[in-house]
Amino acid sequence: MSSRETVLGRVRRALADVPRAERPEQTPLDRAYLRVHGRRSPRETAKLLAAHLTDYRAHVHHSTPESLPETIAELLARRGSRSVVTPAGVPQEWLPMDVEQVRDSATLTPLDLDAVDSVVTGCAVAVAETGTLVLDASADQGRRRITLVPDHHICVVRVPEQVVDSVPLALERLDPARPQTWISGPSATSDIELDRVEGVHGPRTLDVVLVGAQGWDAPDAT
Amino acid sequence: MRVALFVTCVNDALYPRTGQAVVTLLERLGVRVDFPEAQSCCGQPQFNTGYRHATEPLVHRYAAAFEGYDHIVVPSGSCAAMVRENYPRIGAKAAAEGRGGVLSAVAERMVPRTYELTEFLVDVLGVTDVGAYYPHTVTYHPTCHGLRMLGLGERPRMLLEQVKGLELRELEGAEECCGFGGTFAVKNAAVSSAMGADKARHIEESGAESVCTVDNSCLMHIGGTLSRAGSRVRPVHLAEILASTEESPL
Amino acid sequence: MSVTYLGMPPFPEAAETSTRDERLRGNLRHATRTIRNKRAGAVAELADWSALRTAGAQVKDRTLRHLDHYLEQLEASVTAAGGTVHWAVDAREANQIVTRLVRETGEREVVKVKSMATQEIGLNEALARAGISAYETDLAELIVQLGDDHPSHILVPAIHRNRGEIRDIFRKRMGRWGRPAPEGLSDRPAELAEAARLHLREKFLNAKVGISGANFMVAESGTLVVVESEGNGRMCLTLPETLISVVGIEKVVPTWRDLEVFLQLLPRSSTAERMNPYTSTWTGTTDSDGPRDFHLVLLDNGRTDTLADRVGRQTLRCIRCSACLNVCPVYERAGGHAYGSPYPGPIGAILTPQLDSMETGLDASLPYASSLCGACYEMCPVAIDIPEVLVHLRERVVQGGTATVRGQRTTVRPAKGHAAERAAMRAASWTFDHPRVLRTGEGFAARARRLMPRRLPGPGRAWTDTRDVPQVPAESFRDWWRRTRGPSASAPAGDSTTGADGTGQREDTR
Repeated sequence: MSSRETVLGRVRRALADVPRAERPEQTPLDRAYLRVHGRRSPRETAKLLAAHLTDYRAHVHHSTPESLPETIAELLARRGSRSVVTPAGVPQEWLPMDVEQVRDSATLTPLDLDAVDSVVTGCAVAVAETGTLVLDASADQGRRRITLVPDHHICVVRVPEQVVDSVPLALERLDPARPQTWISGPSATSDIELDRVEGVHGPRTLDVVLVGAQGWDAPDAT
Repeated sequence: MRVALFVTCVNDALYPRTGQAVVTLLERLGVRVDFPEAQSCCGQPQFNTGYRHATEPLVHRYAAAFEGYDHIVVPSGSCAAMVRENYPRIGAKAAAEGRGGVLSAVAERMVPRTYELTEFLVDVLGVTDVGAYYPHTVTYHPTCHGLRMLGLGERPRMLLEQVKGLELRELEGAEECCGFGGTFAVKNAAVSSAMGADKARHIEESGAESVCTVDNSCLMHIGGTLSRAGSRVRPVHLAEILASTEESPL
Repeated sequence: MSVTYLGMPPFPEAAETSTRDERLRGNLRHATRTIRNKRAGAVAELADWSALRTAGAQVKDRTLRHLDHYLEQLEASVTAAGGTVHWAVDAREANQIVTRLVRETGEREVVKVKSMATQEIGLNEALARAGISAYETDLAELIVQLGDDHPSHILVPAIHRNRGEIRDIFRKRMGRWGRPAPEGLSDRPAELAEAARLHLREKFLNAKVGISGANFMVAESGTLVVVESEGNGRMCLTLPETLISVVGIEKVVPTWRDLEVFLQLLPRSSTAERMNPYTSTWTGTTDSDGPRDFHLVLLDNGRTDTLADRVGRQTLRCIRCSACLNVCPVYERAGGHAYGSPYPGPIGAILTPQLDSMETGLDASLPYASSLCGACYEMCPVAIDIPEVLVHLRERVVQGGTATVRGQRTTVRPAKGHAAERAAMRAASWTFDHPRVLRTGEGFAARARRLMPRRLPGPGRAWTDTRDVPQVPAESFRDWWRRTRGPSASAPAGDSTTGADGTGQREDTR
């Protein structure tokens, strides 16, 4: 008998108390929890996202589609980055000319990526209640490793359309078949005396640019 | 309303004053209380140590002793929790072992009638001011089974706050176990003692003259630890504070 | 092969030593208190916490009641997504599978993400015997590995070490495994984290094989989920060419949607954060993104035996958050090592003996490593009634009964060494079932009360070493009542109810 049969056989014998006719959906499951914690306007949701990102030591910046290249250029300059890797879906126009641009491709090794200063990507969705950015390897986010090995990550979030309130709403938007990385602040550890320290193996600096059309968050727009 | 006192074995043998205090208190509140002599122990020491089968005769005994009473008042959170939480489990397991539903039926009858003292006072009699007088500083340690299994919540504090002359002192880490835990106290004496020492220190730091609980078994451990350390803090069961009056102070 | 470490003494013995270790006590008190307070804040933010907790327990219960169905579904979806699924009945088989898979890659080094399952099966030691070096990459696991130590906490395996001790370990040991610690390394946590970053970076960038566990596996999609903080998980999951994940069969959840419950419950319960820094999800393999080969090793190793126990089954809901450790007064004082396995604290006290079929003396002592205070149950995000399971397992220790051991229904004999206690417990029950005898006994005690020594001999010493004994009163309550109120109206019907309906039979006849 294969180990597969052994394990499944043991599982079935262990569950002798479960009526044979019982289907999984018949066991009680009360999803009485909230889909969203509180009611917010899109503007308030974006503000909450910014606050929670900041809480976990991400740096939040605001921009418009027009001024985005300027914002990115400034963030790269501030950091002193001389090279930046981008996935295929990030428009070249976002990046300044005076920085070496590396396009992601399957030929880039981890050591190549280690030599790059920064990475610029978009995101799939952002979660306000938890201060989380989700990347799902779409064209403007690229392979998972490019947002991992460089020490500086600039992530562009389109507001309000890419921001959801809560974890349940984020999962609804995501396709499990795609590899995902949920990012909540720069890498951190609490392994020394349960004290949180930011910056271990992932990018130690996380810049988040919230990009919205001019005036989208004016109070009367909500 | 027929009310019986389940004094518990620990109180019967070691802390009769607590039982006497419950009788005094309830009679003062106009409740006639019986003490059915067929009662003995709820079986918690055996059950919690793993001797479930040895507990079964005591479940029957409890039922036989208290059959016919509407309310069974227990001056112990832990023993009340034993009846309320564990008697149904003992019944269910006996049934699962193919020994019928008798124990389950017994548990079902006894569970809704069993009240820890503060539940009986606050929920059944609807009183928080019992006319007590205790002119001392007191800190209250919420014992684990009362706190977490019975969910006594604010009841003991509500009663204490109404006691004339009593001043409540906050207890640091109040909700942390004192380390008694029945046979745990001897099976894991080192850890139990370390927990007891921390509890005793917090009690000392509260500056209170008395430490009060709803469980004499925990108080035996706390008091024993305090006394070994030479502390002058007096361990006292809540019932004894509530029974104390200006005419006849504790 | 036992889940407990070789040669570990029973819990009380180990705890007696560790409880006296003032530095350990200090480290643990500081760390558990910090996290406890933070957790309270993180949980208070969610008004629906108790509904989430209920749903978490229910999703797990649904999965467990139909585990065969979900495992087959998971296998099919992982396979369809390009992964290969292996089944391991026990630790030995899991280790053999992983060793073979690593050998097939031709590599002699692997990088590892912190994983309870691989610790449980002793994978690192098994790989070492096969000449393969496994590098732990979680900071705390690295501290443990460099220090030749055992983990003492589920989430923070080096919780027993303070910053100064960690600095010393790094200075002394890092050089032996790779890049040495920087000159003049201080004990500032940020500097220590930086030292780990530098030490591990060359390992990550050159790694060809990664080994992980998983926090969740989604049956419907074949997705695995790893929740982490440092980014070492991302490194191990995405940079190597081959990824091998060893995961307990109970980690499956039915649907993608179910993650909405656990991704809220887990971070707030474990690190007390709204969300942990990194969560990775992957489904089989993806072209040119991440490993080319993905192997999932589904591990039983005592889980089906636990599943067969209707009270013990709830143990398998555990999501390894470690909230129960952080709130446990026994854990805080005894420390994690006293539990003698990778699973310390309240959850360890019920999980280890069940996975192990209660085969060692340590296993039999673990269910007693609790005062039954219930704080763990109150904290548990999937509502495992740990005190209930503890008492249930105590029954198995002292009464025996039936249990499933390696898939077979077995009659279990009571553990050795409880004969005197059993006799005492039976005698107590008999006495309590005969109030007249009880009354006589109380009378004797009252008359002898002045003879009671301050320190008792024999087993009583365990009490009187640190605590005074209460004074026996001159008169029991029973006697006071009789003296002042006369015999009770409802006199005892008889001295014993035993055997009235056959339910009070002696356990030795069973």
